[in-house]
Amino acid sequence: MSEPLPSVLTVNRLNKAYNVPVLKDFDFDLRKGEVHALIGSNGAGKSTFAKILTGLTPRNSGEILFQGTPFKPSNKQEASAAGINMVLQELNVIPTLTVGENLFLHTLPHHKGIIARKELHQLSKQALTRLGLNELNPDQLADTLGVGQQQLVEIAGALAQNSSILILDEPTAALTGPEIERLFENIQRLREEGVAMIYISHRMDEIFRIADRVTVLRDGHRINTHDTDGVSMDTLVHEMAGDELAERHPHLEIQHRGPGLTVKNLTAKPAVNDVSFSVQKGEILGIAGLIGAGRTETLRAIFGADPKQSGTVFIGDETTPLSISSPTDAVKAGIGLIPEDRKQDGLLLNKSVSLNTTLSTLERFSKSGLIDHRKEFDATVATTDKLELKYDSVEQSVDELSGGNQQKVVMGRWLLCDSPVLLFDEPTRGIDVAAKETIYNALDQLAREGKTLVVVSSDLLELMSISHRILVMSAGKIAGEFTPDDWSQEAITAAAFSEYISTHERAQ
Amino acid sequence: MNYKRWFTDYAPMILIWLGLVLLFGILSDNFVTSRTLATLASQVPPLAIIACGMTLVLIIAGIDLSVGSTLALASAMLGVALVDWEFPLILAIVVAVITGGLTGLFNGAISVYLRIPSFIVTLGTLEIARGLAYLATDSQTKYLGVALEPMARPLPGLGVPISFLIAVVVIIIGQFILTRTTYGRYLIAIGTNESAVRLAGVPTARKKISVFAITGLLTGLAAVFFTSRLGSADPNAGVGMELSAIAAVVIGGTSLMGGRGSIINSFIGVLIIATLGAGLAQIGASEPSKRVVTGLVIVLAVTIDALRGGFFQKLKMRFKTGTL
Repeated sequence: MSEPLPSVLTVNRLNKAYNVPVLKDFDFDLRKGEVHALIGSNGAGKSTFAKILTGLTPRNSGEILFQGTPFKPSNKQEASAAGINMVLQELNVIPTLTVGENLFLHTLPHHKGIIARKELHQLSKQALTRLGLNELNPDQLADTLGVGQQQLVEIAGALAQNSSILILDEPTAALTGPEIERLFENIQRLREEGVAMIYISHRMDEIFRIADRVTVLRDGHRINTHDTDGVSMDTLVHEMAGDELAERHPHLEIQHRGPGLTVKNLTAKPAVNDVSFSVQKGEILGIAGLIGAGRTETLRAIFGADPKQSGTVFIGDETTPLSISSPTDAVKAGIGLIPEDRKQDGLLLNKSVSLNTTLSTLERFSKSGLIDHRKEFDATVATTDKLELKYDSVEQSVDELSGGNQQKVVMGRWLLCDSPVLLFDEPTRGIDVAAKETIYNALDQLAREGKTLVVVSSDLLELMSISHRILVMSAGKIAGEFTPDDWSQEAITAAAFSEYISTHERAQ
Repeated sequence: MNYKRWFTDYAPMILIWLGLVLLFGILSDNFVTSRTLATLASQVPPLAIIACGMTLVLIIAGIDLSVGSTLALASAMLGVALVDWEFPLILAIVVAVITGGLTGLFNGAISVYLRIPSFIVTLGTLEIARGLAYLATDSQTKYLGVALEPMARPLPGLGVPISFLIAVVVIIIGQFILTRTTYGRYLIAIGTNESAVRLAGVPTARKKISVFAITGLLTGLAAVFFTSRLGSADPNAGVGMELSAIAAVVIGGTSLMGGRGSIINSFIGVLIIATLGAGLAQIGASEPSKRVVTGLVIVLAVTIDALRGGFFQKLKMRFKTGTL
């Protein structure tokens, strides 16, 4: 590449916030016929950027120039018509339709409403040939294809739209070695045709192989843009991790009081692969890792929410493993889970604060099956006060509360339960700063009471400020263990990427 | 339960019902008479008792389409027990109730353990139970004579039969269980978000099965009263009753999506449907036009309920936040 090619897309000072800012004054440019990789840790803002480009979510402010003119798609169809298409990480192939119907779902050729089969067959054949998928019959049903082939069909569909910009979000997640090779050949061909591509991936080796340039995002900011030829992996990891120092939370002197939770050789396919660790009483163990590294699945398997293939779990000094096959067993054994998606898995949204708080301990506030509403009321008030929960009355429905207060309701449930082991999955996601602080204090308090805490979080600084020790998961395995003496954002980030470094190893 | 709450929960439904009674009282000279009311009181118990069970089923986000056929099967077994087996009355009643209970247990166990939507399972049972009712009675209506008659006869001094009193007791106990016991609380919780309830460590399978079993038992009891009014066990009994029951429950504001419902309001829903039927008949409406009006009332009730959840809720929120 001697002469820089002309820009097809220029982004100036793009801002987007949901509850908290996700993109902050983000600048970006994309040249005709280049593969531009976008990398960053969880929550850096990569997917949000892709969503704004494809009209799936509106921006708050900022300018996007597409081929020199301002571009503001209000939905996916508009972006697609303009020539910007995205291949999503998740499969969107409809299994009950044919390959051809999937390819041209929104633009099916027809005569007066009747599908023009021959034309569809020809168009599909062309689209498939372009991707080198000659062996696929456009008339076969999509669910007769393997996952990798489905992914390729989806890419072919996006290409068939005559894209000038194609966004690929983790396109190789479901592909095997040879399929990845084929995808790369096609990316190469598209590049020669002048299609500009934004390539979002965790997999550094792929980025070094196919990207021309790479932009690093951190906390919604563009940190740097490099030519891939002139940059080292270390530099990129360093830029993704940042050198911000975690502010240590007070009260962090470790108060070991013997074994709390021990997990041995836990495997829950496909996400968790032979995971072992132990946590002391009074200890907060942080688990770091990328999204999809198996952290949530590990907690859920311990808790009995998902089936596991193997592995044993012990509590305290017990030498006999617990037999946990359902959350009920786990709760009886003294384990509590604060789930990642509190609206879906934690709360009964249109029900009262008190109903939500006493859900796991209702028997305690009842006599021969009759609820003692007075006792329930008192317990709810006592617990929620302890967490500084703000609400009008215990009868208020929880969907009227802020995210932070909702999370406190879920935590209150387990405080009432007095479980010695608590598993927290992203306890502060989408929560404002002040509420975060009270949640950190509550975690602290629980640890000092001698409870055993495991906290999964995608916010590294948060983990470093609250944990006594951090485990790093990568591709379903434990990829590192750090103590405050030897941890740094860079080291933890490197460990989180470590199992994703080689695509070829994974393919074997 | 404070008075304010009682007022907002039940008063609108009661007012609507009283409004209907008043309307027909004005339109027809002899609607508000003890005779009409006595007829109503002897008609509603079977549907009211079934609606009690149906409310619980809808609250856990399930549905039971088999209650009409189950009623016929339980009625048939009552007839068989009395006539063919010559059981004493009380034992025959037990046979009918247990028949209903087992049918419900079947529905619940299949739907919960095999994870088949209750809609599908009970649609199957709708056919199975009806077929069994024909087999049990040899497709003949069994005349039972006077054995059951006392249950349908108005009690001296009260003007209502014993069946009505029992239905009221069932409704009150049902509402009490729903609002005051841990069991009722869990049912509401399961219907709201079963996944969250499971992750809170509360076992759900048996509770869900028991709801179907209870509905079956209640349908068996309803069958006894239904049979007592006719004086015979008819395998054609209760056709379409599942839809009447669902309609009454939905008019009472219970959500088909689960998590919300009131047995007392379901009972008033039954009263509204029965009053509408009797009133329209009195003013000389034809059978087809009765059906049109009843259908419109169901749609209207659900629409109002949807607005209450959406529009009125928004209004309330805007009022609260001061943006109104």
